[in-house]
This record gives sequence, structure tokens and C-alpha cells, in this order.
Amino acid sequence: MRKIERKNLVDAIEKMIIDANMNLDLKMVIRLKLAMEKENSPVAKSILSEIIENQDIARDQSIPMCQDTGVAVFFVDIGNQIFLDFNLEDAINESVRNAYNNGYLRKSVVNHPLERKNTMDNTPAIIHIKQVISDNICVLMAAKGAGSENMSAMKMLTPSAGRQGIIDFVLKTVIDAGGRACPPIIIGLGIGGNFEKVTEIAKEAIFRDLDDQAINPIDRALEIDLLEQVNNLDIGPMGLKGNTTCIAVKVNSYPCHIASLPVAVNIQCHAARHKEIILRGELI
Amino acid sequence: MIRLNLPLTDEVRISLNAGDQLLLTGYLYTGRDAAHKLMVESIQAKQPLPMPIQGESIYYTGPTPAKPGFVIGSCGPTSSYRMDVYSIPLMEKGLKVMIGKGPRSDEFIQSLIKNQAVYLVTTGGIGALLSKRVKKMEIIAFPHLQSEAIYRLFVEDFPVIVAYDSKGNVLFSK
Repeated sequence: MRKIERKNLVDAIEKMIIDANMNLDLKMVIRLKLAMEKENSPVAKSILSEIIENQDIARDQSIPMCQDTGVAVFFVDIGNQIFLDFNLEDAINESVRNAYNNGYLRKSVVNHPLERKNTMDNTPAIIHIKQVISDNICVLMAAKGAGSENMSAMKMLTPSAGRQGIIDFVLKTVIDAGGRACPPIIIGLGIGGNFEKVTEIAKEAIFRDLDDQAINPIDRALEIDLLEQVNNLDIGPMGLKGNTTCIAVKVNSYPCHIASLPVAVNIQCHAARHKEIILRGELI
Repeated sequence: MIRLNLPLTDEVRISLNAGDQLLLTGYLYTGRDAAHKLMVESIQAKQPLPMPIQGESIYYTGPTPAKPGFVIGSCGPTSSYRMDVYSIPLMEKGLKVMIGKGPRSDEFIQSLIKNQAVYLVTTGGIGALLSKRVKKMEIIAFPHLQSEAIYRLFVEDFPVIVAYDSKGNVLFSK
């Protein structure tokens, strides 16, 4: 067994939240630069150039790349050999509280969808915890802004809709989102499971490494076809036309009921603020 | 790139065309969902607005807190469509320039044409870059709204693109 001290975990997660908001994934930076070179539209080119310059400024001066520092979303894999003598969700919320205050991040969470009083510390976070066979805790975190989240969608299709039904739904969601979702976007597509599972796997999909490809050949073929079709929509950076609408499509699938075909599209804006840390603690 | 001073004169504003890339220098007011709701409630209650709005410009942003030694935090645009219902009564009161991101409703465009106003966009997710173009920031109203309060910003070479001109031409993809 290994034990992780509460303070070590709280501090490490606080640091990762601030880091995610200021330092864009370098793989994303490279893809944005490649996209800029391939763009024909001068407006699209200048927008991509601003996005690239912005992340340099954010990194150099340690300021958030986007003012919408989002809701903090976590996927935590906790190993069977890890012992914790504290409540993990409470500890993560303490990290969020510390990071949003100490890191000069915007507090964007309200207490109730209708009462709408700011909680003033960006808590509560959205936390998904899963037990796995390992001797560590793996924490994935995203600062998820509302611009792209508001443009995400799910639908319970019927099995007869099939592959084309999924493609049509993705394209419709991306067209409806237009410039509002801050393209170029990353698309997390969930297919299968049930009503709540499909949205969770769609969210997990946008956390995948940019170089990661779906293992299942059916899912991989969808990733390839959708990327091409979305980029042919001429939505472009910020919806002002161009051939860079989408940087990557990630498909996650799950078994489902004989009568169901759930589909969920989670959209991630170009300010894709994701981080991963692994904590091992001490042998006990 | 066309360099322009704020507030835009009627002549300059009406001459703008969708697709023009501008660098703005002058004063902007910030405001987003909550401040817009309060301003429109003031109009409905026949109360004065917290600032003179005739010919003025509103930028839809809710910045991050400024770090010590910085004028403002990250301050990119938020999605404009959420302000559509509030923008119409504000344009009736003289608001002429709105800056945000993303497309807007048909009702908004009709009111924009009627009032010869313009809708400008700047790039979403570039709040760090835009913060360098803000030289002064002062609070005007609704301090309890924190980042959503109305601030007056002095900006220099603030980059925008004309998305809807005063004739109703639209730059966005269909």
C-alpha cells in the first residue's frame, strides 16, 4: 500500500489548475501553427496568429490565456494500492478554492442555476472518480469554459439512425455552434452507453492526448471522417470562414441497450486547458 | 488594418463594412449578462443608466482579477448572443457599438440596421493578448457583480473585425 498525504495532493492539484490556465499544451500550439500555414483566408490566418501570440503572452507573463477560466472538471483514477485518510472530493475542492484565489483566476460558478449567486471560490468542481488497478492516483483536469460547453449537445438516436445519424448530429451541432464555441475546436464524441454515460465518455474524449487515436477501428474511422467533414463546413476560426474549424475529433464508445443509440458531442474551444498529474505518495 | 478613435463618429461608423479589420483607441464600457439585465431593468423603470450611452461602445467581457502591477487580468470577449434581448433596448437609447464574439439573432440585426449601429468581434480565447491593449480600468457601476460589473477601459490599438455593418451585411459563415 502507498499513502498520499492530503496536503501534498491539495498543493499538487492547485498547481496543476494554475498551470493549465496559463500554459497551453504544446501539441495544440504545433497544430495551430500548422493550421495557420495551411489557411487561405487572410482573416482566418490573422485570428490563428492572434491565438498563437496570446498563448505566448499567457505563458511568459503567467496570466490566464482566456478570461473564462471555467469550471474545474476532474477525472481521477485511484489505484487499488492507494490509501487515503481523507475525503478526496473535499480535498480537490480545496485545491480549486486555493488555485482560483491564489492564481488570479475568474470565479465563474454560481450556487444555483436560478438563484445565481457567485460562490466566490469557483467551487464546487465537477469530479469523476474511478477505481483502477495501480499504485498511484492519476488526476486529469480541465478548465472548461462556457462558450464551448453551451454549444455541446446530446441526443438519444434510435439504432436505425446508424453511422450516418451520428455524423449528421455532429455536423448539425458544429454548424449550430458556429463561431460561438471559439473554433478551431476539439470534438469529443460519445456513442453508446445510456443517457448519462454517453455525456461522460464524450467529456472524457476531450481529455485524450491530441496524438491519441481510437483503438476500435469503427471509432477510428469516425474520427477520420468527421475531422474531414467538419473542416469542409467553412466555419473557420471564430466562425469567420476558413478551413480550420476543428483540430481533432476523439470518439469514445460504450456498449448500449438493443433499442438505443445515445450520442453526445462535447465541444472544446481552442484554449484547450488540460493537465495530467500522477501522485504516488509513500510506501506504508 | 484601419486605426480609429472611440467614440466612432456617425460618419466613420456608417462607412464601415463587414470584414474591415480595425485597431481601436479610446474608451469602452464593459458589460455582460448580469449588468445588461440591470441596465434594461433601469430603462423599464424609467431610471437613468449608470453611464451616458449615446454613441458609446460596450465590450462584452468579464476579466480575470488583475495581478499586482497589472492594469487588468485576461479580458477576451464572451459570446454575444446572450446579450441579444438586452441590446435592442440599449440601441434604442443610443448605443452604437457592441464588441463580442459569435453570431447574433435576426431581431438584433433588424434593430442594428434601424439604429445604424455596428457589431464588432474580437477573437475569443485571447484574453492575455487583449489585456496588453488595455491601458486604464475604472469601475463605473454594479461593483457587487465583480468581474461582471461595468468598467470603463481605455484601450489602445484594440483589434476588432466588423462582423455586422450598419447596413446589415454579415461576415459569418452561413
